[in-house]
Amino acid sequence: MRRVIFVAAAAVTFGAASAFAAAPAPQGDATKGKANFERVGCWECHGHQGQGGNAGVRIADPVPLAWPAFLAWVRTTSGDMPPFTEKVLPNQDLVDIFAYLQSVPKAPDYRTIPLLALQVGR
Amino acid sequence: MARKDKGVDRRKFMAGAAITGAATAIPAGMAARAQTAAQQPTAAFVRRPSTAAAEAEMAGQVDPSPGTLGGPPGSDFMVDVLKSLDFDYVFSNPASSCRGIHESLVNYGGNKKPEFITCMHEESAVAMTHGYYKVAGKPAAALCHGTVGLQHAAMAAYNAWCDRAASFIMVGNRADAATREPGVPTIHAVQDPGSLIRDFTKWDDNPQSLQHFAESAVRAYKIAMTPPHEPVLMVVEEKLQENPIEKGAKPLVIPKLNMVAPPAGDPNAVRAAAQLLAMADNPVIVADRVARTPAGIKHLIELAEALNAPVIDQLGRMNMPNRHPLYQLGGALIPQADVILGLELTDFWGTVNKMDDSFAGEQRLRIKPGTKLISIGVGDLYIRANYQDFERYQPVDISIGADAEATLPMLTEYVRQAIPADRRAMIAARGEKAKKSFAAARERVMAAAAQNAWDASPVSSARLSAELWNQISNENWALVSRDSSLSNWPHRLWEVREHHQFIGGPGGAGIGYGLPAAVGASFAHKQAGGRLCVNIQNDGDSMSAPGALWTAAHHRVPMLTVMWNNRAYHQEIMHVQRMANWRQRDVSTAHIGTTIWDPYVNYAKVAEGLGHVGIGPITDPKELGAALKRGIEAVKMGEPTLIDVVCQPR
Repeated sequence: MRRVIFVAAAAVTFGAASAFAAAPAPQGDATKGKANFERVGCWECHGHQGQGGNAGVRIADPVPLAWPAFLAWVRTTSGDMPPFTEKVLPNQDLVDIFAYLQSVPKAPDYRTIPLLALQVGR
Repeated sequence: MARKDKGVDRRKFMAGAAITGAATAIPAGMAARAQTAAQQPTAAFVRRPSTAAAEAEMAGQVDPSPGTLGGPPGSDFMVDVLKSLDFDYVFSNPASSCRGIHESLVNYGGNKKPEFITCMHEESAVAMTHGYYKVAGKPAAALCHGTVGLQHAAMAAYNAWCDRAASFIMVGNRADAATREPGVPTIHAVQDPGSLIRDFTKWDDNPQSLQHFAESAVRAYKIAMTPPHEPVLMVVEEKLQENPIEKGAKPLVIPKLNMVAPPAGDPNAVRAAAQLLAMADNPVIVADRVARTPAGIKHLIELAEALNAPVIDQLGRMNMPNRHPLYQLGGALIPQADVILGLELTDFWGTVNKMDDSFAGEQRLRIKPGTKLISIGVGDLYIRANYQDFERYQPVDISIGADAEATLPMLTEYVRQAIPADRRAMIAARGEKAKKSFAAARERVMAAAAQNAWDASPVSSARLSAELWNQISNENWALVSRDSSLSNWPHRLWEVREHHQFIGGPGGAGIGYGLPAAVGASFAHKQAGGRLCVNIQNDGDSMSAPGALWTAAHHRVPMLTVMWNNRAYHQEIMHVQRMANWRQRDVSTAHIGTTIWDPYVNYAKVAEGLGHVGIGPITDPKELGAALKRGIEAVKMGEPTLIDVVCQPR
């Protein structure tokens, strides 16, 4: 309760893993992926739509890693984000999560949102 | 069972006491009140309800001869002392060990300055003094029951301690076992009341006479308001409260309060710090609890602009307007700095180091080799051993034990003197670069807000913050809560300009601070007049002591509470999940024991039951603007209002 968790290093990790970005993504089921995303707790740090916050970086719109790098990162990360091994998150479940994150619709341009557009320059 | 004092004949003592001696020495107004009290018919002695008394009454054995005081009680003088210290409020949950001073506050003192504020938990009472101090800039009093009441209050006292917040805590106690009733009154008595919270109060005393009380109360106030501002504890002995002021004794005198000027830094050390800053290529200022007063903001801006150095705000107080081009949130600039000036940092080590919350617990120094560190703060002047709020030890190059706000004008002047002519153009260019970067950063913030699940249900933190800002930006508003649970979106989207518009966090991170501290802050804003108080309230925190809502309603303190309802002790979900990940066990069970589901709490109904206007739950962001508008209208009509908004986790 008393300790604030900050996940700041993940963005660096994303960058380092981008060398794996060439391989194609496997087919996943976004609906199942959304359920998995909730079940295994990705939403806790990254938000229900992967939008991120002070406990976890944004991982959707766009998904910052191609599949192989995404897989490697989830399995091996050793910073504030704990690794999810295949034992607790099977490959196919992770494939579906990847599909869900890719399915998150693109956010509107802030200039089309009056509450935000009016803020710039003020 | 009749109450009989042992040793001293209490009734004879009472009958022989009179106000005359005391009234000659206390100030004229107070003496007049005391004399007026002395002319009133003597009140019947009211026996403390107790199990034994109830049993006796049932058996028809009640002592039919109640005692009389024969003069004003000592607690009237205690109220005179509190009035002399200009207390506005006494936050308290009523209790038998404080009955004497309670009665004096409401009758003798007229329940004005200080006014008795009815609280539903001692933890809330002290937390209210905490929030009040951070807006009013002076302490309020809390009055706690002996032992159990102070035990309740302990965590709130620790929060105030960690947050460098002055609070004047009083606790009732009857030390004399021979005159104590058996049963509960004795269970609630203690040899040394202060021992319970001594580790996290700056000073405490247990006065054994009224003169002693006067001197110690004034001293306690002075100590609490000398940087570092901290809570203090005064024992209000029951005998002193309830017995009459002693006849024929030396006149009682309330000492004059004179405040200690905050300590400024040693000029030689400050000059050395200025030299380092003036010659730095990338100086960075980090501010935690710098601005004790509005003047602190002005002084910090002057220093930042003299150097055109970015200021990283750690949000311990309202330190700097967040639309200033040199304002920064987060620590991204730390690795680039060649000189870092830390001002009143709670955690210098954590500012320049990073420790992963991983199984390996890797620790990394974040600064580059050769970076010079300067510390100015009162933390080095005052430290205790047991509780670890002093954080890890961080070696620095120049350590100035002084109040930062008091030292900043000297430092700024020395910086101006130390900047060579050939560096002025470079420093000016640094300022121009900061202005351009700030404008670009502002656009990025708006883009990030749109990407923060803008249209999602539950409502996103950015959406809530933007909708709220849209409703309050043209008001005389004040945020009476922290905003870290919302990923600091209010600080990223709003314009926070005035010292009173933000009060920082709980200090000790003890849950249950948020709601009562917001109420206490709102009391101070109500005094200031016309400010719209907004409390963005964590749902789990609110359930520690929801009775604080009743206190706001009862005392007509208008406040808009927006329940940041993520339906969990959310941080704990993440912690339990982390443990499951480390151990490669089921990661789907982290919600057990950490979530507030089944049933969901209907906070609007809870609030209605506690005298608020209740709105919600709001789950659709499209409905949020109208709900906020309605809530603000209710608050403007004097109605404390709560809007339950079901939110994303962070």
